[in-house]
Amino acid sequence: MTSAQILFYTFSFFLVASSLIMIFAKNAAKAVLFLVLAFFSVAGLWILLEAEFLAITLILVYVGAVMVLFLFVIKMLNIDKSTLRAKFAGYLPLGLIVAAIIVAEMTMVLGHEQFGLNIYPAPEKASADYSNITILALQLYTDYVYPFELAAVLLLIAIIAAIALVHRPEQNRKKQDISEQVSVRAKDRLRIVSIAKNNKEVNND
Amino acid sequence: MSNTAQNLFQFDTSTLVFALPEIFLLSSIVVILLIDVFLKKSFKNITYYLSQIAIFITALLSYSLIGNGEQIIFSGSFIHDDLAAIFKVAMMVASIVVLVYSRTYLNIHNLFKGEYFVLVLLAILGMMVMVSGYSLLTLYLGLEILSLSLYTLIAIARSRANAVEAGLKYFVLGAIASGLLLYGMSMIYGINGSLNISEIAQFASGASLQSSQQLILNFGLVFIVIGVAFKLGAVPFHNWVPDVYQGSPTSVTMFLSSVPKIAAVAMLIRLLIEGLGSLQDYWSDLFIALAILSIGVGSLVALMQSNIKRMLAYSTISHIGFILLGFATGTMTGYGSAVFYVFTYVLMSIAAFGVVILLNNKGFESELISDFKGLSKRSPWFALMMLIIMLSMAGIPPFIGFYSKFFILQQVVNSGFIELAIIAVIFAVISAYYYLQIIKSMYFDESDNTSPISSSMDTQLVLSINAVLILAVGLFPNYWMNIALSVF
Repeated sequence: MTSAQILFYTFSFFLVASSLIMIFAKNAAKAVLFLVLAFFSVAGLWILLEAEFLAITLILVYVGAVMVLFLFVIKMLNIDKSTLRAKFAGYLPLGLIVAAIIVAEMTMVLGHEQFGLNIYPAPEKASADYSNITILALQLYTDYVYPFELAAVLLLIAIIAAIALVHRPEQNRKKQDISEQVSVRAKDRLRIVSIAKNNKEVNND
Repeated sequence: MSNTAQNLFQFDTSTLVFALPEIFLLSSIVVILLIDVFLKKSFKNITYYLSQIAIFITALLSYSLIGNGEQIIFSGSFIHDDLAAIFKVAMMVASIVVLVYSRTYLNIHNLFKGEYFVLVLLAILGMMVMVSGYSLLTLYLGLEILSLSLYTLIAIARSRANAVEAGLKYFVLGAIASGLLLYGMSMIYGINGSLNISEIAQFASGASLQSSQQLILNFGLVFIVIGVAFKLGAVPFHNWVPDVYQGSPTSVTMFLSSVPKIAAVAMLIRLLIEGLGSLQDYWSDLFIALAILSIGVGSLVALMQSNIKRMLAYSTISHIGFILLGFATGTMTGYGSAVFYVFTYVLMSIAAFGVVILLNNKGFESELISDFKGLSKRSPWFALMMLIIMLSMAGIPPFIGFYSKFFILQQVVNSGFIELAIIAVIFAVISAYYYLQIIKSMYFDESDNTSPISSSMDTQLVLSINAVLILAVGLFPNYWMNIALSVF
């Protein structure tokens, strides 16, 4: 067994194990942490495939940003686990049957015979001065410029959607109205009351 | 090394003219979005008119590109052909009509916001990308642009619990369907090594295809068919349709039920006919099952609905069944009649929702079939329009709905599926019951509500033209059928 193979099986083992733990974890925060481990394992696999840039981006973006936000949201929400699991047992048998059929079909179709090394030989190793990022950048802005722009539109929609769905109109908001504050006059706020003399004794008490 | 790499890639800007409609629409979306920020609430009409103008100019640009033959640009990820141009023009016209009908409704239900129109424009952009998509990647991105805009449009009425529920339900189920579609695409990509539709077609029809490769192709094909069937709302992937139709604001339901169906049919043509056309034997069988189930469930379950939006949802499902039946024949004329059917369906669906939306008043959301009671007294003209629409949907001559069903069934019989045609006709007769029921309640039932229908002039005018077109197109069906055939 070469060192690459050992690494491959280690990462794959951690990937499968952490994915399973993530799905079956009762605690949502625990599930997120195991998802982080799954991402790390995938990043390791990608490095073995010489896709260094993607692997680093996966860790920076997904582990560094997305999952932290996820954890934050889960801690903020008060999720009632009993309602989540209320109908779980009822759906479980049917779900298991469907899952078993799909897994059986997939193992029949996706195997060594279809995707083995004899059909798809391993690609040659890239030379030492090969730059992943250069090729990626050139591809993104030439061959893939159209999908790239479309992905940008997708992000624009996400921004519009987020604002349209959660932005509250200015009904119950307390804020300063500067023009009103500037144009205020003394008589609007200060009431001068002339006090009669005979009240003086009362006030002094 | 970077010098040699740069020479490998070439980018020709002169071909961008074929993407001009998309480029124009995206630019105007950004401009409208910025203008809308600075508009006071009482000037929101400007956003509406700007959106309409943007769609109109996009339609003109698409129309001007008809007849340029097949042009593949952006390194094979974008195709311009007559199919794309004609579909785009049809989508633009339908969207303009939908927005005209929606205006009053949006005003009285406090939904007249800039975001609404921007999201509609973005959904249209996504559909244009789908129609012109020539690689798995662009088709998928177009679908996601469309879907994300639709999820938001549904939930934009966030004060209504059922709208938010519908939006969330559509979002979750749509995400699963997208996942299935992507999985199928990954199989196709994995086996042939290209995202490009033309290269996939070349690979799939290759003589040197091994049986193991054929197996993977079929495996991917099943998932792609499921993804497409979900987006069209065919049985058994239809469960989201009634709930989403009912929960959404009626203006969104009208949009959702019409224009995206054109785009979904275009995606079907690109993926299954142009890409995997050599697997037609396999997907035809799947389509026959989907079609018969859709026509059956759509016709039978609609009988029990008291909510007009749910009823029209099941009616959509049965219409989708007919469209899939046209594609299942596997002949060019069969495809042509399916395209003809989807255009006529959109024409009828928009008109039907247009009448439903007319019945809306301030603080009153018309949803029930019983709201149609006594419509002939309240507004004889619109009762007549609804009569035309319902008769056409039921497939009664001389209306357009008859010819679209007729062309499909003719092709089905010609391809030797006589028993399928008989089943389809039986269910079409059953479905006539619930269309006629609406006519009955409009003309023969009495209602306590005798207030006349009031609506803006533009809605009345466009709705009248729309309903009259259902009759007028029905008088010259062959002319329109030839246009539908010319796209293949």
